Amino acid sequence: MYTQALDSPTPLKPGSSGAQPSLERRFEERIEQDEKIEPKDWMPEAYRQTLIRQISQHAHSEIVGMLPEGNWITRAPSLRRKAVLIAKVQDEGGHGMYLYSAAETLGVARAEMLEQLLDGRAKYSSIFNYPTLTWADVGAIGWLVDGAAIMNQIPICRCSYGPYARAMVRICKEESFHQRQGFEIMLALARGTAQQRAMAQDALNRWWWPSLMMFGPSDATSTHTAQSMRWRIKRFTNDELRQKFIDATVPQAQFLGLAIPDPALRWDETSEHYLIGPIDWSEFKAVLQGNGPCNRERLAARRCAHEAGRWVRDAAAAYAAKHPEARGVEP
Amino acid sequence: MSDDWPLFEVFIRARSGLEHKHVGSVHAADARMAIEHARDVYTRRQEGVSIWVVRSSAIVASDPEEAEALFEPARDKVYRHPTFYAIPEEVKNL
Repeated sequence: MYTQALDSPTPLKPGSSGAQPSLERRFEERIEQDEKIEPKDWMPEAYRQTLIRQISQHAHSEIVGMLPEGNWITRAPSLRRKAVLIAKVQDEGGHGMYLYSAAETLGVARAEMLEQLLDGRAKYSSIFNYPTLTWADVGAIGWLVDGAAIMNQIPICRCSYGPYARAMVRICKEESFHQRQGFEIMLALARGTAQQRAMAQDALNRWWWPSLMMFGPSDATSTHTAQSMRWRIKRFTNDELRQKFIDATVPQAQFLGLAIPDPALRWDETSEHYLIGPIDWSEFKAVLQGNGPCNRERLAARRCAHEAGRWVRDAAAAYAAKHPEARGVEP
Repeated sequence: MSDDWPLFEVFIRARSGLEHKHVGSVHAADARMAIEHARDVYTRRQEGVSIWVVRSSAIVASDPEEAEALFEPARDKVYRHPTFYAIPEEVKNL
């Protein structure tokens, strides 16, 4: 990915340059022809801002997403499960780094994004504000939360902005193990003792609805969907992706012998889809506004990690200052 | 707001015999740390056998606005490709 240093955006206000209408037209044509937009290419300011918002929120979600699962690393039931969970959490950290890099190509500094996350201004996926109460939650997160994330992310591999699309290709490749290891945990519990089955069912009960909410508000109320689809940042609406996820996941739950916690759920012959009962959007809004079960805890954990790492950063900076030859520039 | 560490571009050789290829970027206090970060971020699944890092500020890039001037002249020079030349089929080893 290219750099902020290379790509300081030219401030082009609407009407400030006679050349702009033609630039805008060329941009629209390139989008129309499914050409990728690259960091140094001209782009409308609103396109840039939309991408910065979406990519940085995505990056924050990966970083905060390490917390609920990281919570179980010390208590994983076997060495194999522990090694897998460490690898998964490390991947989430890596995914955050790919995405911050992609956002930086649009002219926003990493430190600024980090600051927005730590001071609570930035949004991240609502799902990570729910607690992981039992080991089965680690299974449910891999199966449902990563499953929903993959459903969301696969179309972004074809996003019109090159660096975001490339980051997404890497991420999707790595995430498929996340979902499979989660399902494997659920399968082990579902085939276990009555107590283990109950634990798996309880996790599904708590994670099902929040997972469906991960796709965002319904199309009727989504403010960003139409423009993002025109710009080919998004390829499917929230409701389309949610429905795909439901159709893929219900049979998996049946295989596990677990019940989806929705009395209204039914197979619809005509549309050939599983139809669900109403989603409680008030819960979604509350979590998004900072009033979910773990919002404060998650941010406190991030701030604490940032502060606790300060001496390491200071030491590295002091070392680099003393050794100019190590800085990678000609002396 | 604290300042970011400098940005480094990362190039990875997937296996010996292949060239180093640009894969992304990392922030680091110095070049050695940049290599360590690049290893953690970009080679968790044996993606490489060698890493190059270079300060992003040291890269000079062509301007997309000049793409036409730079690359258009090659477009009408199809005679640079072997398929441009019609050779009778019975002639071998050409």
